[in-house]
Amino acid sequence: MKQPLIASVLAALLALAGFGSHAAEPIAAQAEQVFRSGFRADNPKYWMTRLDQDEAMRLCSQHKDSPPPKVRAQIEKAQQATIRYPVDGKLIGDWKEGEKLAAVGTGGHIGFIQPDPPGRLRGGNCYACHQLAPKEVAFGTIGPSLRHFGKLRGSGDDVIKYVYDKVYNSNAFTACSNMPRFGLHNWLTPEQITHLVAFLVDPASPVNQD
Amino acid sequence: MHARLHAVVAAAAFGLAGAALAEGSTMDEIARYREMLAEGNPAELLEAKGEELWKKPRGPNKVSLEQCDLGLGPGALDGAYARLPRYFADTRKVMDAESRVVHCMVTLQGFREEDVTRNWYSKPGQESDIEALVTYIGGRSNGAKIDVPARHPEEARMAKIGEYIFYRRSGPQDFSCAICHGQEGKRIRLQELGKLTTQAGAGAAMGNWPSYRVSQGAVWTMQRRLIDCMRQARWPEPKYLADSIVALEVFLQKTASGTVMQTPGIKR
Ligand code: HEC
Ligand code: HEC
Repeated sequence: MKQPLIASVLAALLALAGFGSHAAEPIAAQAEQVFRSGFRADNPKYWMTRLDQDEAMRLCSQHKDSPPPKVRAQIEKAQQATIRYPVDGKLIGDWKEGEKLAAVGTGGHIGFIQPDPPGRLRGGNCYACHQLAPKEVAFGTIGPSLRHFGKLRGSGDDVIKYVYDKVYNSNAFTACSNMPRFGLHNWLTPEQITHLVAFLVDPASPVNQD
Repeated sequence: MHARLHAVVAAAAFGLAGAALAEGSTMDEIARYREMLAEGNPAELLEAKGEELWKKPRGPNKVSLEQCDLGLGPGALDGAYARLPRYFADTRKVMDAESRVVHCMVTLQGFREEDVTRNWYSKPGQESDIEALVTYIGGRSNGAKIDVPARHPEEARMAKIGEYIFYRRSGPQDFSCAICHGQEGKRIRLQELGKLTTQAGAGAAMGNWPSYRVSQGAVWTMQRRLIDCMRQARWPEPKYLADSIVALEVFLQKTASGTVMQTPGIKR
């Protein structure tokens, strides 16, 4: 009993005096090291790139997703500039395709325990976070309900462009949003995003029906 | 005990009923819950197996784990899990229940670490000794208050690292722990998430583990839970017992301190 006590008092004193092996480095640098070295060494290199952070991720993490107004504006401006459009310039596609994409929650899982098989369809998984068409009752609430989105917001060109931009890069409007940046990460193609736009705004879409 | 089981199973059944609507097997699942309610928590079987493994002389040294020190002194089990992770002077590391059990199996019983950790979680047809042992150790903290003040400098450092990781966003979905677990009363699909940065939220999230997961048909330890959350975040796979996982546990247990453990649990 005595030995460990002395040891831990000693360790505490050393750390207080700044002699601890880690004391010199800021906690963020230590945490980065602990986080990255916590992954299995046999993860392929290209998987490990998923741990890299862009400027927005870094700033959002640093500010625990509530950046001060100046940083917020800086992130939104930079994210706005990333948005790319389909070559034909048409921002609204087929709501039926969008309906399928909104429901698919698979894709992108890696690791050794339960990865998605290669080629597994990758969807928007919108229902994980949003209520949309009434027939799907298994919807999450991380995001606001999008039920009747077009009915409430209209289906004009400005609304269509807003939804396209929002799905392409949510942070262009809300820095550090909990919503993924689907276009920026090439998770969804511009064409797929146009289908999701149709699912939300097309008056014929089940999102806008009763 | 019984009231708690009812509440948890009812909540879980609600969650599953919704998920199953999409999969078309609602009735099967509800029947399984009814059955389970009648029979009690399957984790209790594993608890008994864990106790046997704890007391039986095993390994090259043919000794039991009864002298294993989980932080309260050799062999002291009651309330030990509720006070983990903590700093251990003999390894000069902050360790959780799982890393400490592995440590004891290596140092006391003479097993090789690779052999002990090969089956760190069970798969159909392949049991895991660690899972059983940790379920038993957890059970010996049933009713105990979580108490991880993280006062030792190394514990305090790990708590800060855990907090940093909790908010660290990366990957193709921009995820962090906080996006799923940073707000009150949210769910992903029908699964309740909870806010892990409050005492009540962290308490509800931490206090029932190890837990029998009905959807998996197996008991999961906290390491298993967190490694799966990282999979859901679309990150690469963490190492079992990694410091990053232990750091998250220190952060969450510190936040949960003062809440009462009810384990083994039963979950969706
Ligand atoms: C992991 C959570 C998550 C997922 C998945 C998600 N969203 Fe969101 N979404 C949010 C959150 C949170 C907000 C509110 C904050 C914001 O505006 O960024 C939001 C906002 C929105 C808005 C703006 C609503 C408004 O009133 O202006 C639209 C449109 C939207 N999401 C569409 C989608 C579509 C389409 C998908 C699927 C491709 C999707 N979301 C997937 C979390 C998510
Ligand atoms: C994309 C979503 C997502 C992310 C990211 C995520 N989790 Fe989870 N987490 C879940 C889900 C879903 C559950 C299980 C809820 C259920 O089964 O009902 C869960 C469960 C948990 C639990 C157990 C809660 C309980 O009540 O038993 C803990 C603790 C936890 N997560 C911590 C974390 C930590 C720490 C991280 C970051 C490393 C993280 N999660 C990242 C979705 C996520």
